[in-house]
Amino acid sequence: IHAMKVKVLSRNPDDYVRETKLDIQRVPRNYDPSLHPFEVPREYTRALNATKLERVFAKPFLASLDGHRDGVNCMAKHPKSLSTMLSGSCDGEVLKVWNLTKRECVRTLQAHEGFVRGMVVRFCGTSFFTVGDDKTIKQWKMETPSYGEEEEPLNTILGKSVFTSIDHHQKEGVFVTCGQQVDIWDEQRSSPIRSFSWGVDSFSCVRFNPVETELLASCASDRSIVLYDMREATPLKKVIMNMRSNTLCWNPMEAYNFTCSNEDYNLYTYDMRYLDKPFTVHMDHVSAVLDVDYSPTGKEFVSASFDKTIRIFPKDSGHSREVYHTKRMQHVISIKWSSDNKYILSASDEMNIRLWKANAAEKLGLLAPREKAAVNYSQKLKEKFQHHPQIRRISRHRHLPKSIYGQSKELRVMKEARRRKERNVRKHSKPGSMPVVTEKEKHVVTVVN
Amino acid sequence: MFNSIPQKSDPFPGSAPVPEEKLNKFKRGVKGELPPRPQYKLRDVVIRSEAASDLAQKQNARYDLMLPEDAGFLEGDEDEDTCTISQDDIVDAVDITAGAKYFSLTLSQFGPYRLDYSKTGRHLLLGGRRGHVTCLDWQSKQLMCEMNVMETVNDVKWLHSEALFAVAQKKWLYIYDNKGIELHCIRKFNDVLRMQFLPYHFLLATASATGFLQYLDVSVGKEVVAICTKAGRLDVMAHNPHNAIIHLGHSNGTVTLWTPNQREPLVKMLCHQGGVRSVAVDKTGTYMVTSGMDKKLKVYDIRAYRPLQSYFLPAGASCLSLSQRGLLSAATGDIVQVYRDVWGIPVTKPYMAHRAKGSVWGVHFCPFEDVLGVGHGEGFTSMVVPGAGEPNFDGLDANPYRSAKQRQEWEVKALLEKIQPELIGLDPSQLSQVDHSTWEQRHVDRVQVLGFDPLAKEKFTPRLKTKGRSSSGKVEKRKKQVAHEDQRDVIRQTVEDRMKIDKERKEKEKKKAAAAGQKSALDRFRK
Repeated sequence: IHAMKVKVLSRNPDDYVRETKLDIQRVPRNYDPSLHPFEVPREYTRALNATKLERVFAKPFLASLDGHRDGVNCMAKHPKSLSTMLSGSCDGEVLKVWNLTKRECVRTLQAHEGFVRGMVVRFCGTSFFTVGDDKTIKQWKMETPSYGEEEEPLNTILGKSVFTSIDHHQKEGVFVTCGQQVDIWDEQRSSPIRSFSWGVDSFSCVRFNPVETELLASCASDRSIVLYDMREATPLKKVIMNMRSNTLCWNPMEAYNFTCSNEDYNLYTYDMRYLDKPFTVHMDHVSAVLDVDYSPTGKEFVSASFDKTIRIFPKDSGHSREVYHTKRMQHVISIKWSSDNKYILSASDEMNIRLWKANAAEKLGLLAPREKAAVNYSQKLKEKFQHHPQIRRISRHRHLPKSIYGQSKELRVMKEARRRKERNVRKHSKPGSMPVVTEKEKHVVTVVN
Repeated sequence: MFNSIPQKSDPFPGSAPVPEEKLNKFKRGVKGELPPRPQYKLRDVVIRSEAASDLAQKQNARYDLMLPEDAGFLEGDEDEDTCTISQDDIVDAVDITAGAKYFSLTLSQFGPYRLDYSKTGRHLLLGGRRGHVTCLDWQSKQLMCEMNVMETVNDVKWLHSEALFAVAQKKWLYIYDNKGIELHCIRKFNDVLRMQFLPYHFLLATASATGFLQYLDVSVGKEVVAICTKAGRLDVMAHNPHNAIIHLGHSNGTVTLWTPNQREPLVKMLCHQGGVRSVAVDKTGTYMVTSGMDKKLKVYDIRAYRPLQSYFLPAGASCLSLSQRGLLSAATGDIVQVYRDVWGIPVTKPYMAHRAKGSVWGVHFCPFEDVLGVGHGEGFTSMVVPGAGEPNFDGLDANPYRSAKQRQEWEVKALLEKIQPELIGLDPSQLSQVDHSTWEQRHVDRVQVLGFDPLAKEKFTPRLKTKGRSSSGKVEKRKKQVAHEDQRDVIRQTVEDRMKIDKERKEKEKKKAAAAGQKSALDRFRK
């Protein structure tokens, strides 16, 4: 007889199998790496699948809001309600209030004779201001007038010249308009409390800084961007570029950064403190960029261009991560990123406003916890393997309309030719006589204090 | 007014320390240097990901403590050899369910048996040489199918789950359902002697009598590659579970390593003086055990290709199998011996031994059980080997207790993350490493692929001009102009290089002189 110590593996199935059909299955885990070989190739395969599926599910177009009878010129977000959006159009001067969940127009009113140039909703959300080609500023009530009441503005201010843009202060009852000069108005007064001008004949856009609420910036027709402080008597400084900027938007998360959309097909992000060269030059459009809006996270922005496309750029990257286009969408005049970071609204001159998803492959609606976990896992995998050539190729692939594809190739050839010429000139001239100008410095002419 | 109760401080503040060897078990790769401070964004990303990785490592090590099962063991008395303990003694000493794992199937009619356990260890597939093929759930002794294929059976192998298995019959390769229904007869795979299944790639690798190594993708049903090994009859085959490399043993004593991506073997190792009789690789892909006609049993470190141990077995070993916990079973004639820890301190005697009823034809450890299956001339024996199986399985990978629904879900996920055969290589984590191939190497590769050098300067052909400006003299002059420009470039470059070399040499000399520290009165006159 052997006196020995022996133990043989014998598992009790009750510990490993569920008790009733109504329980969930038991899944014992052992994270020993030798039980899970091929970690990296399996993760790579999962990342490849996730990238391919993202392209499969990338269907960003949601809805088209029609009803305007002329090209839509401007839009305004409601600060307190995510489902309300205002839009103003050209000739016909109709101003509409939309309910985005039902995707229908709730209210229409005749705001101005001529274009509706700009509109903004007051920070409390109870009223909004519009400016138009008939040199007036009108303030309207937000709530729909009850039966029998006429659509009447709360307040009308007549100005001396056409106003091109309007923006409201974040906290006080102050708004600013621009046209011939930049005027700051108090809501109770009918004449501006302060006017700024710097020898320029017209301004196209003015915006309040959402974080540093006393600062504002405007785009002028002399190819410059002018910065003002509301508390000062004169403008702060201005930066003159090669071509005119159409609009600008402040970064809602970083107080000192703003992005302007320019006529030379680029967008420039500037740090307000160092205007001598832009922080980043964003190049991808093939025609003039008309409007720009930041995401509420401050990490990305969307730009609308004359070349019938919308592009989404990360804030620090020189190229776009996404491009949206449709055959039916013509020149995009105005663009807004909704305040819940999920939707993009684009207004184009064929009288339609389109609702898009900000993340093209995102599943909208309530996700189960497992779905959310799976989405997060796929996202992390794609980020981990983003530099591998096959995965990069698939994730970057976008279909472009033939005209835009051809135009972008042409622009690339032109740029390459210019670069080659510069290189040759430098090579054949006295060393040091031709200084190297970086891409960022090329676009700024001067900064004036 | 209350005085606060004096709080005693915790004598062991913080979380419990994790033992070092547990942390090392979950270590993946070495930590490299951080990028230099000017690259602040990359540095931040690297610091964060390393912190996450450290946390994962620590959490894994802490979880390791809570695994439910412990491994088996067998310890004899002071002067007792464990190899003298018989199976009946062990069965008497353990509980009934464990004891029931020692059983024999007497099947003396249909020749020596080859066997295969499925990946979860639940199902057993037996193939007798004279055509008897059967698959059963060996723990409940429930027969799934039994048939006679009326032909010589060379080898049997489970495919990815217990639903399909492959039988290498006399002429061709057949795939059957677990009910015995013949699903495919693959004529491209002829004279197959041995098969190995690569579970994460869904590849069935077959070695034939004509010297061909063929890979079949069982999820798509296509032959991936047929490699002509030019090494004669291939009847010794093993696969490395860590990197999916196939090891073939040859009659000239060499062991060759193959991937489907190359027509030549990756590595050729001369292992034995006679032919190689059997090869086995452990699950971490570190050790390879081979036995040869020269009656030697050799252990190699596969990562460094070094021989570690060499044992002399009086009768040689015809079949080898390695268990999940590193036990080696070697069979000669009708005796099966189990050795423990062959690669560490040289082993002098076996851990366990058993005499089977007939001459042994195949041995295979069962994945998550302390069981060794022996196929021999008189049928099949399942013997109990305490300490062979991995006690704690992972429910998401190979779960012996999975339900049908779980199996379906697992199968779908496994198919989705099936690894492409192009990724099989000696180092499976090569994808995660930074590609440091130099610019020159990449340029050479590109030239080879394209057939010409894309960066080579094109010969200058001057544009033809009109109105007589294109006479031969003028054309020559233009050509000369460009040639002079190029020559000036070359000269400028060489002058720059030479000046740089000179400057470096001077600096080095100055440094050497300063280091020598010889001070002479003439130092002040030196420039």
